[in-house]
Amino acid sequence: MQLYGIEIASRLLLGTAQYPSPAVLNAAIRACGTEIITVSLRREAAAGSGAGFWQGLQESGCRILPNTAGCHSVQEAVTTAHMARELFDTPWIKLEVIGHSDSLQPDVFGLVEAARILCNEGFQVFPYTTEDLVVGEKLLEAGCELLMPWGAPIGSGQGLRNPDGLRAMRAHFPDVPLIVDAGIGRPSDAALAMELGMDAVLLNTAVAKAGDPVSMAAAMAQAIKAGRTGFRAEPMPRRDMAVPSTPVLGLAELT
Amino acid sequence: MITIAGAGVAGLASAYELASRGARVTIYEQGEDPSDNSCSWLAGGMLAPWCEAETAEPEVVRLGVGAKAWWQQFTKVETRGTLVVAPPRDRAELTRFARRTQNHRIVSAAEIAELEPALAGRYGQALFFEEEAHLDPRQAMLDLIKAVQALGVEILYGTPAPDRVDVDCRGMASGLQGLRPVRGEMALIDAPDVEVTRTIRFLHPRIPVYLVPRGQGLYMIGATMIESSSWRPITVRSALELLGAAFALHPGLGEASLVETGAGLRPAFADNIPRLVLQGETTHVNGLYRHGYLAAPALARQLAQQFFQETSDADHRERRTA
Repeated sequence: MQLYGIEIASRLLLGTAQYPSPAVLNAAIRACGTEIITVSLRREAAAGSGAGFWQGLQESGCRILPNTAGCHSVQEAVTTAHMARELFDTPWIKLEVIGHSDSLQPDVFGLVEAARILCNEGFQVFPYTTEDLVVGEKLLEAGCELLMPWGAPIGSGQGLRNPDGLRAMRAHFPDVPLIVDAGIGRPSDAALAMELGMDAVLLNTAVAKAGDPVSMAAAMAQAIKAGRTGFRAEPMPRRDMAVPSTPVLGLAELT
Repeated sequence: MITIAGAGVAGLASAYELASRGARVTIYEQGEDPSDNSCSWLAGGMLAPWCEAETAEPEVVRLGVGAKAWWQQFTKVETRGTLVVAPPRDRAELTRFARRTQNHRIVSAAEIAELEPALAGRYGQALFFEEEAHLDPRQAMLDLIKAVQALGVEILYGTPAPDRVDVDCRGMASGLQGLRPVRGEMALIDAPDVEVTRTIRFLHPRIPVYLVPRGQGLYMIGATMIESSSWRPITVRSALELLGAAFALHPGLGEASLVETGAGLRPAFADNIPRLVLQGETTHVNGLYRHGYLAAPALARQLAQQFFQETSDADHRERRTA
């Protein structure tokens, strides 16, 4: 899979918030073999930069995908992206413009506007969006080279609320990398996303808040691999009626 | 003579354990008085090892089990347990908390009303950690200071530590490798109209908060956990979240006065487990994270045993320290 021209082998992107400790987070990163970790940038971190947490993440060897989590306006998201570029020395930015604080639904109008500004400034934007096809087109027009549709509201663990919408996205944008971001709760959700033809899955809470985050990280990685392999193997069509799996013709003639 | 750097809860507990075994102890403290020890001064004062296990490693529970009895030697400890509640729409959080912790029982609405009449009718179910306790950390610190001074420990306030000390308990200021700061913010409110007598943990997926009664209508509300080294005062956002959650816990707290806010940096190792670290000739007691009052007694005991090379055999210990 190529993201902004970079070859990435692992199709699991992992968020770094809410783990019991940085030690558990690092073990989870190793267990799932992710190559990309997202980092939420808070204003304070920049003011007091050099905090041990960031250092630990950079030592993990993963690519850092800073995000604008918690930003509710275009201006806020753009400012945060600038700080992220400075702090992590990367053009990558996971762009979140939150429209509603309870559902954490993306404000797609603000998202497109912020994406346009950031792409013009040379950022490589990973936009957190809905499954809306028109919004997706506008984001690509703005200069994004990939899309990150939600599976369900952030942190809800509901799985894929609209698989048909994601399937339609896959069909509509056959060559654009699609990464399901948010809403994954269990390995089967991640596997389903991959079976639908998504290119990758980004998740955080499902691992961080699991009873055993390290095992869950490994399980997610396995599910994503299985789902991807299954998608490429072209699953059989569903049928309404039973079809025997044993041939009914040509019974052995025992003489 | 044994020298200690830092007169926060870790330094004082260490001094107590060493001095009570007959050592002569001097503590160097950069701050002018006890309130300069931000972590100890701003702490919640919960002695809640089982609740902490929700996110902490089992080692923290092990360290914390004896804390209640240890503090009871010098200061008033409220042994009324912890009540954990969740708003109706976040009931799943309560189930998750129960699954991840031990030594609790589920209590019904009727029992909640009996335990804390102020919360009657507000929650259908709660978790009760009966063996947990809390103390007033500021009073406890002052009482502990008196106790160590009675043992002959000298505390030199406003005095930076010399280059070499035997024991370093200065938290982030120790410069110890592997430590990171975890910023915490808290608020102190005066709510004479709401009477809550034990620690309440209010589970909320965005910001879980706790309310610790300090007596006479005072309550401590805490605390944020932010990976940051910023010392600036509490942010508006954090204050909103903490106070908003308190208001959701009980609307009566909306009428309380906000009497103090604070922000400090907890020292933490990567696994968030407090521990002793031997570096050269100095033993560090550090990484107490959010477990200062809970873990300091056990760490101090470990330290003293190390100094006096005690074994767990009581007779042997008596011979060595005699």
